[in-house]
Amino acid sequence: MNQYQLIKLAKRVGLYALIAVVMVYAIFPFYYAVITSLKPSSELFRVDFWLSSLDFGNYVQIFTQKSFVRAIFNSIIISLSVVLIALLLGITASYALGRVRFRGRTTVMLVILGVSMFPQVAVLSGLFEVIRALNLYNNPGGLILSYTIFTLPFTVWVLTTFMRQLPMELEEAAIMDGATPWVTITKVFLPLMWPAMATTGLLAFIAAWNEFLFALTFTLTDDQRTVPVAIALISGGSQHELPWGPIMAASVTVTVPLVILVMIFQRRIVSGLTAGAVKG
Amino acid sequence: MASVTLEKLNKVFGHTHIIKDVDLTVADGEFVVFVGPSGCGKSTLLRLIAGLESITDGDLKIADGVVNDLPPRERGVGMVFQSYALYPHMTVYENMAFGLKLAKMANETVDDRVMATARILQLEELLHRKPKELSGGQRQRVAMGRAMAREPRILLFDEPLSNLDASLRVQMRNEIARLHHRLGSTMIYVTHDQVEAMTLADKIVVLRAGRIEQVGSPQTLYQQPATRFVAGFIGSPTMNFMPAQLLSSDGEGCKVKAPGLGELALPQDASGESRGADLTLGVRPEHLRLAEAQGDNAFEIVNVEYLGNEVYVYLEPKAGDTLLIHRSEAPSRWDIGQRVALVPELEHVHLFDVEDRALGLAKQRQAA
Ligand SMILES: Nc1ncnc2c1ncn2[C@@H]1O[C@H](COP(=O)(O)OP(=O)(O)O)[C@@H](O)[C@H]1O
Ligand SMILES: [Mg+2]
Repeated sequence: MNQYQLIKLAKRVGLYALIAVVMVYAIFPFYYAVITSLKPSSELFRVDFWLSSLDFGNYVQIFTQKSFVRAIFNSIIISLSVVLIALLLGITASYALGRVRFRGRTTVMLVILGVSMFPQVAVLSGLFEVIRALNLYNNPGGLILSYTIFTLPFTVWVLTTFMRQLPMELEEAAIMDGATPWVTITKVFLPLMWPAMATTGLLAFIAAWNEFLFALTFTLTDDQRTVPVAIALISGGSQHELPWGPIMAASVTVTVPLVILVMIFQRRIVSGLTAGAVKG
Repeated sequence: MASVTLEKLNKVFGHTHIIKDVDLTVADGEFVVFVGPSGCGKSTLLRLIAGLESITDGDLKIADGVVNDLPPRERGVGMVFQSYALYPHMTVYENMAFGLKLAKMANETVDDRVMATARILQLEELLHRKPKELSGGQRQRVAMGRAMAREPRILLFDEPLSNLDASLRVQMRNEIARLHHRLGSTMIYVTHDQVEAMTLADKIVVLRAGRIEQVGSPQTLYQQPATRFVAGFIGSPTMNFMPAQLLSSDGEGCKVKAPGLGELALPQDASGESRGADLTLGVRPEHLRLAEAQGDNAFEIVNVEYLGNEVYVYLEPKAGDTLLIHRSEAPSRWDIGQRVALVPELEHVHLFDVEDRALGLAKQRQAA
């Protein structure tokens, strides 16, 4: 083996070592949560790195709690609504911002970017008043509204950037074919914007799914709670005992859908749909 | 099919005046080519006709109706874009059917039209492919098919061949010419390539900085360019220009003196010019003959290009730094370094005044 091959081998080993480190760092917490959730409560505090038992007691316990099932349902409704509204508004706004020339377009873009810089706590009390005024307190509508506010800037920004990259002549071809702006958006741009929409939609979904502060503040009763709050409020046998088993089981339960979603959409995100649009 | 009339058409972008007072008539069934250097406003003029840009001033008529304020779909025009701009997510069939479906045509009509168009353009085999599975020439044909499927009254092309390689360009050029012959529809075609313009056009419109420089058949433009710009733009290799001074003029023509050529008696009418006026002599490479050098009226050959069927001989000019070109059939007896005399064919020489306008022939003027 000569020196060149050795260096090549070393590089490859180094690369895989690095990948392994990143993988462990990213995945280990989740892996440990899965293992813990499958342990009976008696073994909870023994440190195990491998699956030592298959006890579904924790899962049975959380799914028999009506409030937890209800929380999952709420989370699904709210997150999907946020994604739908954000994409609808995002696509139409990005058409205006990316395709229509008007005075103050850059200003609007900057304002949108500026809005997304406010931390949640900064607007919490103000938003609380708004939600009270709109009669949306302790109601999914309040959460949908507040999540959409925080998701839209990013959605609009990403979709606008993407929309600008679509060739101008494509839109003009549609105009020559007699398409109205709405037809152009839905029949020509939308199919090409799948990758961007999958990305932004997914991120909007995850953000809404994981959000805690607003969910805690804007809801009052158990039947209106979302998953993160429900998990935080799972209580143990006594005041001094944190029920780690059920909490882990609940966390795994609500994380699995996200993992599946990312896996489904990753192909969409990667696929280059615009290939062949222009030039020979 | 329809005629197109442009009356004092103007286009201003912000503060830049791009199209200036363009008057033009395109007859029904005519193939008109807009040609000119890059940035002269060809595309803008085409887009004004298409309805993709708004008209700042003037009138645009299609088949006698003013269409200034009609949207593209109501003007009955189809357009082929330079980048083709096919819908990448649709098959060839869907690409061609898109406009028809939007026009709310019955499904059978849509199918008939698409199939008929596909037959004309030999796209039948490709109907179920996506654009990315097509070659450059095939995409080009699909782009034409999409524009044709709606049976527009006028077909517009914006540099449709400039993305193709040289041999394919010649082939597609031929196909477009045959297509026009077959359909007989009005076509307006933009290019910066004068060869495309010469080979395709019934009528060439030479544009320069937003103005029409000359309109005419390819023959007219080649044989009687109205300005020095047109003379230099049309024809390859380009026309030779040499400074000349007016010595005298009469009813038969005029006499000029050019450095290196001596005194020449030309058929042009220069009665409008004063004696001693600075004129420009224009001679096409094939009208510039070479002879053995005699006396001091000699030019040096600096390069000889052999192209197989013909030969270009490059000569050091007496003024300016653009080399003079002589073109003749191969083989050539001339070689680099030789000194030769230039003999222009006087009946084919062009003469331009100080403002670069061509001087007419004296005989023609008398006849008129
Ligand atoms: N939408 C526009 N806004 C401002 N200027 C434009 C626009 N479209 C074209 N122009 C300008 O008009 C001139 C002519 O452009 P164009 O018609 O595309 O030239 P070409 O003859 O090369 O097709 C160019 O100088 C170009 O910069
Ligand atoms: Mg152009």
